[in-house]
Amino acid sequence: MALDDVLATGPYSLSHDDKQQLLVEHLNRLTQHHAEQCDPYRRILQAYGKDKQVWDRVEDVPFLPISLFKEFALKSIPDDAVVKTLTSSGTTGQKVSRIFLDKETSRYQTKALAAIMQDFIGGKRLPMLILDTQNVIKDRRLFSARGAGILGLSNFGRDHLYVLDNDMQLRADELKEFLATHRDTDILLFGFTFMVWKHFYQEIKRLGLDIDLARGVLIHSGGWKKLTDEAVDNASFKKALNHLCGLERIHNFYGMVEQIGSIYMEGDTGCFQTPIFSDIIIRDPIDWSVLPAGREGIIELVSILPHSYPGHVLLTEDLGRVIGEDDSPDGRQGKYFEVLGRVPKAEIRGCSDTYAEEVSEGAV
Amino acid sequence: MENTEKLRQVFAESLEIDKNKVVDSLEYNSIPEWDSVAHMSLVAAIDSAFDIMLDTDDVIDMSSFGEAKKILAKYDVEF
Repeated sequence: MALDDVLATGPYSLSHDDKQQLLVEHLNRLTQHHAEQCDPYRRILQAYGKDKQVWDRVEDVPFLPISLFKEFALKSIPDDAVVKTLTSSGTTGQKVSRIFLDKETSRYQTKALAAIMQDFIGGKRLPMLILDTQNVIKDRRLFSARGAGILGLSNFGRDHLYVLDNDMQLRADELKEFLATHRDTDILLFGFTFMVWKHFYQEIKRLGLDIDLARGVLIHSGGWKKLTDEAVDNASFKKALNHLCGLERIHNFYGMVEQIGSIYMEGDTGCFQTPIFSDIIIRDPIDWSVLPAGREGIIELVSILPHSYPGHVLLTEDLGRVIGEDDSPDGRQGKYFEVLGRVPKAEIRGCSDTYAEEVSEGAV
Repeated sequence: MENTEKLRQVFAESLEIDKNKVVDSLEYNSIPEWDSVAHMSLVAAIDSAFDIMLDTDDVIDMSSFGEAKKILAKYDVEF
């Protein structure tokens, strides 16, 4: 099936055998393409004795450690075809990943994200609250992970309101006015987990505002690391927001700038659901073997979207475990998994973490 | 014809470019002025000018001025 057809297929419509067959076909195609177009990638494959370009199973296709994107400018397109360069967030002195996108890859990513989002919120754009400051999208040439995330999600909204001002203060009056204007419709909320908690939830609570979000759908991402001190996890986060503003539909998602577009949304299982254009493999950190469902290991992510850079098979620095496959109660097919934190000693990285360290360390 | 002019005007104003640059072949991401940030303002301006609400798929598929006309035709805007 051609990639355009895959993108037009329901994102959770394939079960194990069909999905693996689809993925391996595309991963082989991409491995060949990148080996031809990206010299460092070919040399890495050769160095590891993995320069064969056709593999039988998804798990056989060689993975690249995600940190390579910080060390090298890996791309499989000529310089003049680059339309966008994404960077992971990083503090001063820390190396950031650079991901080079051409028009085609950018379009695939947008389409994939749309397919996933529409499966959760439908095809109509909803009035949208962005739980962040507009400052993050000011630098238009070089998008940070945070800015790229916001812009990517903005396609699903209309009448966008950035809920925080330039000083990260809640724009309470604008928020109330927005909710009054849109009280008869579902609304979309998007923000990074840490920001949602610190600058939205806690501020509403502190100010004693009466905010009704019963018709809201909150999509958030970024991880729990900065919230562990407060003992906030997914369950307590949802419960707190539900109590305070009546918010019932809350979906966390997992994803990374190195494979933007193919995000993993939290489904009814409370776990992250893999869509048909990507998959998760859990590896044993000692011998790199594939671990079965239930066993904790290092997360490898595959995606069939990256054409402009060799990021189709990546070994992340995160730990996780697969919980199940093809049997989610919401009917969504594919593996679902949980993320259990960072691999020890991995460089600390993450949008909300970076924000916290740069802007308000000690103040929060 | 009238709507083509109107749409050109919306494009020129939202993207802050000269109106004579707004031709069918003008593509998203082909000029610095039409990036993903500007795309949001453009979509909002189109919604408001033609009193419609573009669906998500159409926002995403609106990759050129020519394509925009085709998309708007689905919302009963005649060109």
